[in-house]
Amino acid sequence: MSQKNNLISKEQVLHVAKLAKLSLSDTEVELFSEQLSHILGYANELRDLDLSNYPPTSHPIELENIFREDVVIESISNKKVIDNAPQSSNGQFLVPPILND
Amino acid sequence: MTIQNNSTDDSEYSEYEPTIGLEVHCELKTATKLWCGCKNSFGEQPNTLICPVCLGLPGSLPVLNKKAVEYAIRIGLALNCTVQPSIFHRKNYFYPDMPKDFQISQYDIPINTDGYVLLTDGSKVGIVRAHIEEDTGKSTHFSSSGRIHESTATLIDYNRAGIPLVEIVSAPDITSSEMAKSYVNELRNIIVATGATDGKMEEGSLRVDANVSVKKKDQIELGTRCEIKNLNSLRSLGKAIDYEIDRQIQLLNSQKKVIQQTRHFNEDLNQTVTLRTKEEAEDYRYFPEPDLVSLNPTGEWINEIKLNMPKLLIDRRQSVIELIKDSKEMSQLIGTVNTLVDQQLDTLFIETVGFGSDPTLTLKRLTNEAANSIDAAKKLNSKELAYLINLETSGKVSSTQSKAILSNLLENTSETVDSIISRLNIQSFGDKEIEQLLDNLILEKQDEFKRFVDGDDKVIQFFIGQVMKLTKGQANGKSVTQILLKKRNG
Ligand SMILES: [Zn+2]
Repeated sequence: MSQKNNLISKEQVLHVAKLAKLSLSDTEVELFSEQLSHILGYANELRDLDLSNYPPTSHPIELENIFREDVVIESISNKKVIDNAPQSSNGQFLVPPILND
Repeated sequence: MTIQNNSTDDSEYSEYEPTIGLEVHCELKTATKLWCGCKNSFGEQPNTLICPVCLGLPGSLPVLNKKAVEYAIRIGLALNCTVQPSIFHRKNYFYPDMPKDFQISQYDIPINTDGYVLLTDGSKVGIVRAHIEEDTGKSTHFSSSGRIHESTATLIDYNRAGIPLVEIVSAPDITSSEMAKSYVNELRNIIVATGATDGKMEEGSLRVDANVSVKKKDQIELGTRCEIKNLNSLRSLGKAIDYEIDRQIQLLNSQKKVIQQTRHFNEDLNQTVTLRTKEEAEDYRYFPEPDLVSLNPTGEWINEIKLNMPKLLIDRRQSVIELIKDSKEMSQLIGTVNTLVDQQLDTLFIETVGFGSDPTLTLKRLTNEAANSIDAAKKLNSKELAYLINLETSGKVSSTQSKAILSNLLENTSETVDSIISRLNIQSFGDKEIEQLLDNLILEKQDEFKRFVDGDDKVIQFFIGQVMKLTKGQANGKSVTQILLKKRNG
């Protein structure tokens, strides 16, 4: 498929990759541009259907109002949680600085 | 009011006007978090109130807390909003305070829309929406200098992650820092009265983001706005807004552009500083949360919530006003009524007046004398309080005596007024006793009495002073005045 026909341009792929903190090679950018375009192209076919009699749905399962009562359930221990952390300090997760510019 | 940054009195500044919209985040007082059964509690050991759901571990699923929805609806009703069917969205961003790498929030279809808040001066601020979302974890930045920009590492505590929040977004109807403070104060009082939140800014259970822009007065289009994050006191809110208005006007006046960005208020420097510039980072790629179904509160449930929720602030103030509306001082008492209700003493007031005490005097005693010990005041027995106020109104105890008895009553709310009177040896100086004292005084101070008889009313104070000296402040000044006037008029 030629670049011209792609619904998702290479620039858009790079933008989304940046938001997702992914670094892609040129080949991957090309590949994903094509694959994402295919997916959107398929979604576009749905536009041809007459859906005027169907209200928009936000979820494929027809359920609403699924609740839990406000009752405390015991949490897991700090040790168990922190044991999984790559780095910790005094029971807290230690992560690289957030704002460093 | 002191004017800061000279922004309002400098003529070149007067051609600009600020536009301010506020986002207020309030934590809900549920027992558990929004999506899991972890305890909702402030000030616990870090990372002890967490589970696979609020840590965002693979395979865990959120289930909506019914009480949180009820509280959100209470807030919506108190803010005159429409409560509507809504859905949840994922707001995607990379920031370690959200372990899932997204925050579950409401986007285009929030639970509450289109409300308003009436400020105490009568002005109105529109509420665009009040939606449900989860709080993030708490990050502490490590650095040798203490500055956020120079931090070397960040510590994360997820106890707060997943605590239910309602975010209340105002319309850009606010035009000054004073109005912003007045709005937040009134909003806080309203939502605290619903019982849904405790509104403690100092503990971070109520946090404010301010969107500020300025434009020339004749310009229709709004100026470029900056968002100031996480203002956690009314004082910082006011200062940050004043600084930001001034900064933007100075930029525009020197032909520079305001850049749309997120800013942080530095309390020490008293100024706002850039946190991040809005560009791609603001692309949150919202999409419907597939792990949650839609929220569609039935009319029946909303009605039940409305019926069972605590009385609205505005109605509580009205109930007090009804009782004092015949008072001559009514117009000066409105602020006092608000204070009474904000301090949760209105129920006690209404009960006390129900026992026959004078409403105006009861209001004054509760908001002045009891103001320094609110917690004790809440425990006061309304019948005893009414008894005390009645003793004062009928002149059986003086106002000084009454205040002394009340302060003893506040120290031990289970003691009776009569027991305090006998314990403190408070003597009631009735009109007869006072008249006797006055008769003796008049013989001693004939010159003064003659001046009074000749029409010099200032001498009344002199006699009150003398009587007070003799009774160690236990006589009623009003009685002294009345008796003297009776003597002069024959
Ligand atoms: Zn949890």
